Amino acid sequence: MSDLFTYALRLGDDALIAAQRMAEWIAAAPQLEEDVALGNIGLDQLGQARSLLQYAGSMDGRTEDDLAYFREEREFLNVQLCELPNGDFAHAMARLLYFASYQHLLYDELRASADETLSGVAGKAVKEVAYHVDHATQWVLRLGDGTSESHRRMQAALDELWPYTAELFESDDLVRRLPVAVDPAGLRDEWERRVLAVIDESTCSRPEASYQHRGGRSGQHTEHMGFLLAELQHVARSHPGATW
Amino acid sequence: MTVEPLWEVFVRSRRGLSHTHVGSLHAPDATMALRNARDVYTRRQEGVSIWVVPATDITASSPDEKDEFFDPAADKVYRHPTFYDVPEGVDHL
Repeated sequence: MSDLFTYALRLGDDALIAAQRMAEWIAAAPQLEEDVALGNIGLDQLGQARSLLQYAGSMDGRTEDDLAYFREEREFLNVQLCELPNGDFAHAMARLLYFASYQHLLYDELRASADETLSGVAGKAVKEVAYHVDHATQWVLRLGDGTSESHRRMQAALDELWPYTAELFESDDLVRRLPVAVDPAGLRDEWERRVLAVIDESTCSRPEASYQHRGGRSGQHTEHMGFLLAELQHVARSHPGATW
Repeated sequence: MTVEPLWEVFVRSRRGLSHTHVGSLHAPDATMALRNARDVYTRRQEGVSIWVVPATDITASSPDEKDEFFDPAADKVYRHPTFYDVPEGVDHL
């Protein structure tokens, strides 16, 4: 596997798995308007995933569908933050704030990549995720600075997901030696500045974590990943090659 | 769950045209109403500008007043600007 293939898979898998969790919200959000908003966001993420998986597949003769539907759990390289099961609405907004803020910084820098496909995908996606950040920010502020119950739930969600954020910024040999990649370690300070500013304004307190989960980038996932993939993949695997 | 306030949504489909009423939605405040309107009413490139107005701030004519409000205009054909030619190149009149 080339470095570029692996790098495109990492970014594509993040977007694909995030999209799958977002899609679960459709018809389950607190209001119809939010169903549509989260559906739009999920489809943005799925569009990013498709472009990136197509690109990865073009390097080893596989299609985007091959990569999405016919890989095993250990072959997925997404961060664990994306695969955790949905909780309440505050949980969804906390995850979106953490993830989209990271994606926004990443895509913003990736626009300058010497790889034309990566920079093209990033150029389109950076506008999409800017809106995702805004959507999450609006809700974190309102839930955090809302009723005592919404504040309690927002704080719980921010705390619960914080130990999954360090993985987003994990650097390794691959991103350091691949010239067209962005080393995510360099995004961490600005990400913290932005996310903590939202958390402060929401009147929630800054989350702390004594332990940070890792492993997604090398295919080690939480126990929830298998169930997610079963739902994502079972139709394609039950009817291989089917078209409609 | 408490029902959030209702907002009326107006979208300008492109520069040079007026904002047109496209529907309504629920949102907790004006900022979220604008965002919801973006997601619900402009996701297929329907617009370049959005207004949201609290539905309670709209004063509407009453169906009971239909006769005196609207019927008298029915036979005033001279009020229609149909007695002169529109110059070429004037659109959206």
